[in-house]
Amino acid sequence: MPYSLASYLTVSSLLFCLGMYTVLTRRNAIAILMGIELVLNAAALNFVAFSRFLQAVEKSAQLSGQVFTLFIIAVAAAEVAVALAIVLSLYSKMKTIDVEEFRQLHG
Amino acid sequence: MGDFLWLIPALPLMGAAVTGLLRRKLPPRHIHIIACGTVLSAFVLSAVGFLTLLQIPEPQQRLVIQSLYQWILTVWQHGRFSLEVAFRLDPLSVSLCLVITGVGFLIHLYSVGYMAGDESEGRYFAYLNLFTFAMLLLVLGDNLLLLFVGWEGVGLCSYLLIGFWFTDLEKARAGMKAFIVNRVGDFGFFVGLMLLFWALFDKSGGLVTGMRFSELQECLVLLKSAQPIMGISLVTWVALLLFIGATGKSAQIPLYIWLPDAMAGPTPVSAFIHAATMVTAGVYMIARLHFLYSAAPAALALIAVLGAATALYAATIALTQDDIKRVLAYSTISQLGYMFLAEGVGAFTTGIFHLITHAFFKALLFLGAGSVIHAVHDNDMRKMGGLNRYMPVTYLTFMTAFLAISGIPPFSGFVSKDEILWAAFTSSLPLPWLGPILWLAALLTAGLTALYMTRLICLTFMGRFRGSREQENKLHESPPVMTVPLVVLAVLSLSGGIIGLPAFTHLPNLLADFLAPTLGALPVGSEGAHSAALEVLLLVISTAVAIAGIAAGWYLYVRQPQLPERLAQRFSQTYRLLLNKYYVDEIYQAAFVRPLLKLVAFSGHFDLRVIDGAVNLTSLLTRKFSFVVGFEDWRIVDGLVNGIADIVKRWGARLERLQSGKVQHYLYSVVLGLFVLCVFVLLV
Repeated sequence: MPYSLASYLTVSSLLFCLGMYTVLTRRNAIAILMGIELVLNAAALNFVAFSRFLQAVEKSAQLSGQVFTLFIIAVAAAEVAVALAIVLSLYSKMKTIDVEEFRQLHG
Repeated sequence: MGDFLWLIPALPLMGAAVTGLLRRKLPPRHIHIIACGTVLSAFVLSAVGFLTLLQIPEPQQRLVIQSLYQWILTVWQHGRFSLEVAFRLDPLSVSLCLVITGVGFLIHLYSVGYMAGDESEGRYFAYLNLFTFAMLLLVLGDNLLLLFVGWEGVGLCSYLLIGFWFTDLEKARAGMKAFIVNRVGDFGFFVGLMLLFWALFDKSGGLVTGMRFSELQECLVLLKSAQPIMGISLVTWVALLLFIGATGKSAQIPLYIWLPDAMAGPTPVSAFIHAATMVTAGVYMIARLHFLYSAAPAALALIAVLGAATALYAATIALTQDDIKRVLAYSTISQLGYMFLAEGVGAFTTGIFHLITHAFFKALLFLGAGSVIHAVHDNDMRKMGGLNRYMPVTYLTFMTAFLAISGIPPFSGFVSKDEILWAAFTSSLPLPWLGPILWLAALLTAGLTALYMTRLICLTFMGRFRGSREQENKLHESPPVMTVPLVVLAVLSLSGGIIGLPAFTHLPNLLADFLAPTLGALPVGSEGAHSAALEVLLLVISTAVAIAGIAAGWYLYVRQPQLPERLAQRFSQTYRLLLNKYYVDEIYQAAFVRPLLKLVAFSGHFDLRVIDGAVNLTSLLTRKFSFVVGFEDWRIVDGLVNGIADIVKRWGARLERLQSGKVQHYLYSVVLGLFVLCVFVLLV
């Protein structure tokens, strides 16, 4: 059965909202990172969906969405590696990963 | 002598300084030696000065002046005024110096015994020496201003010594009274001094350079030509104003009231004040300025009248007083009246003569009274009597003084007093009948003097002792240090008249001859045989009056001791008037003191209510106004400033929350902003 672009976008926006919600409400830094992953996934899903459904309209648009998705996955992996390193170093310094506690940089 | 003259006043001053400053360090014996020694040295120097003057063959040249230094020098456009501290030794001043230092030394010596054991002995001798210094300064000063310095000095010392026992309020008051009454007189003196200076300065075109006596004498012509003030010549004004000072110092009507109270001080002080210092200042001053007074016959006549009135008036009061020293005080006032009477009729030499003899017998009387008080420890004659058995030396010497003051020949008081009577009778006053009237008053005074002195003798030395048994057991003769001065003074009282024998004896009047270069010859006694007969007649009359006075006293107080009391009851009003001294103190109190106190109270009230009120009102208004200003400043100006600051602060606090440092907050706001942006984009 064929699924329309709208249903993909709906799932994607649900994913985005859940990710955003996680990022905004969680105190645990790891959980926030997971929220960011959800947001990125929502974006990747959008790229893939648009790439698939806009192929009929424009030939040149072929594959570019998929490539972006691959980039997103690579960047996300790199980002998580960096972020986790930051979180771990914060933990080693502060003995906590509660973002509410990380206020040293505020003005 | 010219080089040592300054030592005469300086020695007692040094004594005063040493005894005053070291009074707690030195033992009493040393203080006595210093105090008496300096006065004795001054006496010796005065004697040397006297001999020096005598050795100058020409009487007119008998004058030694030592100028120490320039005291005041003022030069301005129209002239110059220069005043020197200079001492003048002439027959007049040397006579006074001998009396002051001689009698003064005896009183110092006597004080050694009298003040023995007093806790403030050092202070006492310091004051006494200072008193001697001030009096010597007064007598020796060569100009009128220096005389005034001494004049004020004796006033100060009298205050210090009369109020010597200042813990006793009554005695302290007596000192103050003496001081204040003298200030009144001194004010007159000072105005006279200024008037004299102004007139001389004005007349001489600023050429008059000082107030030296010789200079004043030369300038008298200038003074006489001055414009009269209110119809009275300037010379008379000056003479009268200076005489006001003399009434204060020498206790004449109307300023005599301090002298009776002055006996509150130690008795030797009374002797010193009454005999050798202070009260003689006025007599001396008039003799010193005799040329000025001779040029003002009206003033002289007034002085004569006041002198005679004072003499008679004080003698009547002396009749009723019960305090032995008070009787003597009134007798001093009376005798001083004699001296002024003599000077008033132009017999300046005679005034000085009486001053000298009076110094002898009055010092003796006071020291004798002191001796009596020393034994009885009471001043009240009603509690004495019969002391002749216990104190023979005091009794005999006192009798000498009594005979001298009563005017019994040949005692010294007789000679000098009769010269005064004679001068008064033959005087050429502006009113022809005034002389005999003055003579009559003086004669009456002589009778009263004899009467009250007899009363004093009878109550003190005769009859039985009326004090308590305890007092009687302690009666004793005074120690030799006190009796020796008494004996010396008794000899002087007996023989002092030699220096001024009356004219009819055809013996030289030593004092008159000696003083003639300074004071001029006697105005009387040079009128030939006729007046000699008159003189003898007057002598006989006055002697008879004196003997009558003594007889009356003896009759009243020895033969009929209850008679005085009956007389007092019979004439109770007169008696009470005399006993209360004519209520003069009360009159002064009502006429001057109380209105002044009222004025003081009113001024105080005025100050408190009106002036303080105005001040307080101003302060209240200022306070209210400043409150408004302060409120405005506080609330409006500060409020504005603070308000702005507050607003900034509050906003700052609010904005601060934006930068919480919490990642999620930032993110949340980003999302919110995006949302708003989206909505905005969609809607528009």
